[in-house]
Amino acid sequence: MDKNNWKAWLYLLPAVLFLGVFMVYPLVDVFVYSFEEGYNSASQTFFGVGGYNYSYILHDPYFLQAVKNTFILVIITVPVSTGLALLISVALNSIKPLRNLYQTVYFLPYVTNTLAVGLVFMILFKKTAYSDGLINLLINWFGGESVDFIDGPYWAKMFVLCFYTVWVVMPFKILILTGALASVNQDYYNAAKVDGTSRGRIFTRITLPMISPTIFYLVITGFIGAFKAYSDAVALFGTDLNAAGMNTIVGYVYDMLYGNSDGYPSYASAAAIVLFAIVLTITCINLLISKKHVHY
Amino acid sequence: MKVVLQNLTKKFPNRNKGVRSDVIAVNNFDMEIPDGKLVSLLGPSGCGKSTALNLLSGLLKPSSGKIFFGEDDVTDLPAENRGVGLVFQNYALYPHLTVRQNIMFPLENLKGAAKLTKAQMQEKALEAAKLVQIHELMDRKPNELSGGQQQRVAITRALVKMPRLLLLDEPLSNLDARLRLQTREELRRIQNETGITTIFVTHDQEEAMSISDMIIVMKEGVIQQTGRPQDVYDSPVNLFVAKFLGTPPINVFAGEVKDGSLYIGQDKVCTVKGAANKPVWVGIRPEGFELDENGTLSCSLVGVEVMGRDITVISNNAASESGAIRAIISAENRVDTSAPVVRFNVKSNKIFLFDKETEARLDCEIG
Ligand SMILES: Nc1ncnc2c1ncn2[C@@H]1O[C@H](COP(=O)(O)OP(=O)(O)OP(=O)(O)O)[C@@H](O)[C@H]1O
Ligand SMILES: [Mg+2]
Repeated sequence: MDKNNWKAWLYLLPAVLFLGVFMVYPLVDVFVYSFEEGYNSASQTFFGVGGYNYSYILHDPYFLQAVKNTFILVIITVPVSTGLALLISVALNSIKPLRNLYQTVYFLPYVTNTLAVGLVFMILFKKTAYSDGLINLLINWFGGESVDFIDGPYWAKMFVLCFYTVWVVMPFKILILTGALASVNQDYYNAAKVDGTSRGRIFTRITLPMISPTIFYLVITGFIGAFKAYSDAVALFGTDLNAAGMNTIVGYVYDMLYGNSDGYPSYASAAAIVLFAIVLTITCINLLISKKHVHY
Repeated sequence: MKVVLQNLTKKFPNRNKGVRSDVIAVNNFDMEIPDGKLVSLLGPSGCGKSTALNLLSGLLKPSSGKIFFGEDDVTDLPAENRGVGLVFQNYALYPHLTVRQNIMFPLENLKGAAKLTKAQMQEKALEAAKLVQIHELMDRKPNELSGGQQQRVAITRALVKMPRLLLLDEPLSNLDARLRLQTREELRRIQNETGITTIFVTHDQEEAMSISDMIIVMKEGVIQQTGRPQDVYDSPVNLFVAKFLGTPPINVFAGEVKDGSLYIGQDKVCTVKGAANKPVWVGIRPEGFELDENGTLSCSLVGVEVMGRDITVISNNAASESGAIRAIISAENRVDTSAPVVRFNVKSNKIFLFDKETEARLDCEIG
């Protein structure tokens, strides 16, 4: 028994080493940094140890704005994108002849570069001195007032960011969900039909529970992905996200690391740890909820 | 409720390259299934049994023909509204629901006047579960049950709404031999108690013979013969039916009718009245042989299998079309295993003659 254990660890050693060097060590390091006060990256010295870095970022309006933005983004895009993807997948699943074509079309955003797509979105939504942009033309058409979605009011910018995020994450979800739907054994549907089950009830009582593990997977990865959003915002609003008021937590970390005057790695570390704590908490809550509602 | 099929046909498009013709899975079914009986649909794999069942359940639409439940034409009625119970070959129990929830599922679908309260549903579910003796497993999930238990849950789920017609698609094929035996008797009992017209699909002739009131033998989409199991066994209409029923299977010989006598090889086996002179297929049931030193059929002895009550005499004959001949005789007979030849007399009600080309049974009197 002991000998076997020893062997098992030996086999695991390469993996453990890699994980240790590239994942655990950096994590611990970030944790340590976040408690070192007045760290200077040039001299690699610091004054003392304590919670000052946390207190600093928690009083930094830019950080608070970033947290707020991130939460709004998460709370809106995860349910909306998952729900929409489910709707589209179910529809796709019921029209067999065109399924493959549609799947390709929906998958395009996934293989397209985020920044390029962001640029397209910006052009669609931006209002300049010379043109109102396509979306505003549409709004005018329906008798609305032009809005500058890129440099205008906060809600407009947030709307574009959410819209864009949903659009980018949908194809992956649709792909996964159509796969899950197709793999549900047809006999269950036949059995339900013979038992006189309505279509709505078939969906809620059979389809949903059957694909619940997949939905749950999408929700968890969706949450994590949305909490780590950054490039989407950059694609739409440029690199000075603080000025645009559209920064995200990861964006804030990035700005703190590489921003003006050599950056503040300690603040960045503290912000990163806060993000880590948030994601961990949310994921644990998700897991707890799933225990109750996910079958198998 | 009786079920009437009129010229029922189901064709599937053939997907093989170069083949134009459709696959006719169910070919011109024209028959009546009597009320309250247990009927077996019997045939080799791929002969269209499941297709026929799915036409009855409404999961498939017929290409042509009509289906009546009692006096109602249900041909165009969707599966949801037919009120049949269907047990799938793989049970198709909902894996995320408990046994209780699985059984209650059909009840929850009832609408309008038939709608039940939660308590009524619970009660009905329990009642049905007791009938099938799974009431102690109500709170388990399907994956926590044995194959036989799952099968009984599947039957309960199909029974609980008291369907007009119960359809079972090879429900016993996933069970081991012992459980099969037990469950088929159970099935018979449940059918007797409920009196629901039941159609039972199987490719196991023994299963069909042992529990059904009536069997329907089919081959390549065409009904060959219907009737009480014993009647079909005792009087098969063609060689296929004769070969399909019975274990061990019937022994088939190439024979010839000549001047009122039946010849197998050089042996004049028996007399035949009412048959023209021509070569025929001769079918002799294993229990149709009698040992006799002066018997009319001589075969070279291969061996003897003693099985308690019976013994099986295995022998060869050049005219045999079905390999070694198996003759089952009472164990009271003594067989001299050292002798090179055994001689049999053949019981006239256990021997059938079939046309060499059409393989249809020849109508003649054998003496
Ligand atoms: N959806 C389909 N499309 C085309 N051909 C089909 C389809 N379903 C069945 N068939 C064909 O119809 C014939 C009858 O099939 P069916 O499933 O009814 O056989 P079965 O008697 O139930 O066989 P088994 O005992 O193996 O279950 C087969 O030749 C099969 O290939
Ligand atoms: Mg079948």
